Amino acid sequence: MPTHDPAVTRGAALVMNRFDLTRRLVSKLHREEAVVAGIGNTNFDLWAAGRRPQNFYMLGSMGLACPIALGVAIAQPGRRVFGVEGDGSILMQLGCLGTIAAAAPKNLAIVIMDNGVYQITGGQETLTARSTDLVAMARGAGIAKAAWAADEADFERRIERALAEDGPWLIGARIDAGPPAAQTERDPAQIRERFMRGLGVRG
Amino acid sequence: MSSPESAGARERPWHELVHHALKSSRVKLVTHVPDRVLAPLIASLSADDFFTVVSPAREEEAVGICTGAWMGGTLGAVLMQTSGMGTLANALASLVVPYQIPLLMIVSERGTLGEYNLGQVMVCRTMRPILDSLGIEHHTLARADEVGFVFERAIQQAVSTQSPVAFILSPLLTGGKVFRH
Ligand SMILES: Cc1ncc(C[n+]2csc(CCOP(=O)(O)OP(=O)(O)O)c2C)c(N)n1
Repeated sequence: MPTHDPAVTRGAALVMNRFDLTRRLVSKLHREEAVVAGIGNTNFDLWAAGRRPQNFYMLGSMGLACPIALGVAIAQPGRRVFGVEGDGSILMQLGCLGTIAAAAPKNLAIVIMDNGVYQITGGQETLTARSTDLVAMARGAGIAKAAWAADEADFERRIERALAEDGPWLIGARIDAGPPAAQTERDPAQIRERFMRGLGVRG
Repeated sequence: MSSPESAGARERPWHELVHHALKSSRVKLVTHVPDRVLAPLIASLSADDFFTVVSPAREEEAVGICTGAWMGGTLGAVLMQTSGMGTLANALASLVVPYQIPLLMIVSERGTLGEYNLGQVMVCRTMRPILDSLGIEHHTLARADEVGFVFERAIQQAVSTQSPVAFILSPLLTGGKVFRH
């Protein structure tokens, strides 16, 4: 996507639904792409969207979904990797946007689910509810292919581009206060083992 | 595999020995947040095409990157200072240990044997208790002739047992950082 991508501003982006977007993302994945989802509701909805062995569910370590996705992308340059992270979580580890820009993995895309709140801890406002624009921060960090999804169709179009063209990509999605669709089973060792098998690392 | 008596170990600088041990153990990914003492090791690893070197803004990121890389089939190490280890309790307790990740941590030990900064002294006191409370094995390296053996054996064990391990590089090995008046 050219740097002159006619992307919308955060204010003009449609407020969508996390579970709906997660399902749309997963429905586009036909080549065993890896998906790493952050603490709380992002991984709950990824779990609810289907049990793919290429999904990694992060149950703690708030803020590390994108670094983990970067690590997978570095280890497996032939596989597309998605990191799905909440606004509160990425705000905790903003330096990783610069790390991703500097490492410049062609096969990595980040999706930020921005609801302006720490939903899972009671809906307290995050900085994005006031003044912080995470897509602008990503661009400032050096991720040129960062944009807000204008609506669902635009979100899908951007996912398709991230699957077909060189990244790194960052897609900001404004989302509503809809609850997560399910709760991930919490067995870290099993999650890790299944993921490694899904990535072909373990037989 | 090196033995404790490997010939020439005493003449080679510590960072060459660590470099060699990482390479022979097929540690292909190196992440670091810099430290003065680690500078020659970071420089030599960065100059060697065998290694992919990533320098994130925080040690926690480095832990996340090495965790993802391991699950994708690449073994990685985090190089940091004692104070970096001081930031890692949550990432180790909620990611590395429960998910059984053989994370390799190489820590340049500040805060002891001639430290001049009280803050470094205090954070150094937290390091081994944090590792011990999580049951993470750690080795303090004080002698060059033990570097190859300890690194290679402990890395092998970390991978076989899917457990993290920390290598604490004492000023006795590295010379440390000295305050000059
Ligand atoms: C280091 C750390 N601080 C605080 C918490 C508590 N906590 C867990 S999830 C969460 C909110 C996550 O917010 P966001 O990423 O925006 O996701 P949402 O809940 O809105 O889906 C917080 C504050 C934690 N787990 N770890």
